[in-house]
Amino acid sequence: MKKSFEELLEIRNKTLNQVNLRKDREEGIRVVVGMATCGIAAGARPVLNAFTEEIAKRGLSNVTVTQTGCIGMCRLEPIVEVTVPGQDKVTYVHMSPEKAARVVAEHIVNNNPVVEYTVGAAE
Amino acid sequence: MKELSLHILDIVQNSIKAEAKNIEVLINESEKENALRIVIKDDGCGMDPEFLARVRDPFTTTRTTRKTGMGISLFEAAAVQTGGGLSIESEKGVGTTLKVNFVLDSIDRAPLGDMASTMTTAIGGAPRIDFLYRHTTDKGELVLDTKEIRETLGGVPLDIPEVLQWISEYIKDGLSEI
Repeated sequence: MKKSFEELLEIRNKTLNQVNLRKDREEGIRVVVGMATCGIAAGARPVLNAFTEEIAKRGLSNVTVTQTGCIGMCRLEPIVEVTVPGQDKVTYVHMSPEKAARVVAEHIVNNNPVVEYTVGAAE
Repeated sequence: MKELSLHILDIVQNSIKAEAKNIEVLINESEKENALRIVIKDDGCGMDPEFLARVRDPFTTTRTTRKTGMGISLFEAAAVQTGGGLSIESEKGVGTTLKVNFVLDSIDRAPLGDMASTMTTAIGGAPRIDFLYRHTTDKGELVLDTKEIRETLGGVPLDIPEVLQWISEYIKDGLSEI
């Protein structure tokens, strides 16, 4: 069945009731995916989608997923940076959709960075 | 790149960086004419003739931190290997239009790939920009216009997961019908 604009109206009405949406988004956890030529060629698009889907599935309204250009280490793409307020930024390298799901579960939900995927653990 | 839709996402990032307010992605697939045509048009800052003349060169970039800019040259190579080609028109302060033509049945043509993902990634990455995505085949047409979506949503931003999910399904459903 084709998607209808009525469904969009439902999303609108549901979301407008969430008065904290903006505040949650501004002050919450940030996930930044490198989305330049190098990132895209290495598979950043499915990684970004995996983050978005996993976060939506878990209803984590305090997490925003954004994009940036080339981070400067093209050979380590796809690269994802996760910033939890008040903590140091964690840079994950050679990411995949499967790794993204684990980062959401362990780092974003349980505040336990996945050390083996970080830039520090990369060769 | 494995899919042409990844090249499209890459070029759209250029338009976003050029501070476009409107970006159009137009795709025409015609089995009758054995052609696949992709047009990406923006109203961003544009390029001066001097930069435009060099822009297909993989060692041309506006970045100051490194010397390579592969996006356009990779897209051009993907078109040329099918017997097609790439052309760019650009005017400083007006915008840029990139046209890429492929021979549809060429064995060297990469698949178009996941356009729903490309459009949701582009829209999610730049929710203040308006996107028009028009995809035509011999059978019909799919149009996604974020201006319409924005109007329906009132003040709700385009980049929340529920809206991006809706856009993704809208595109997948629409493409399955053409």
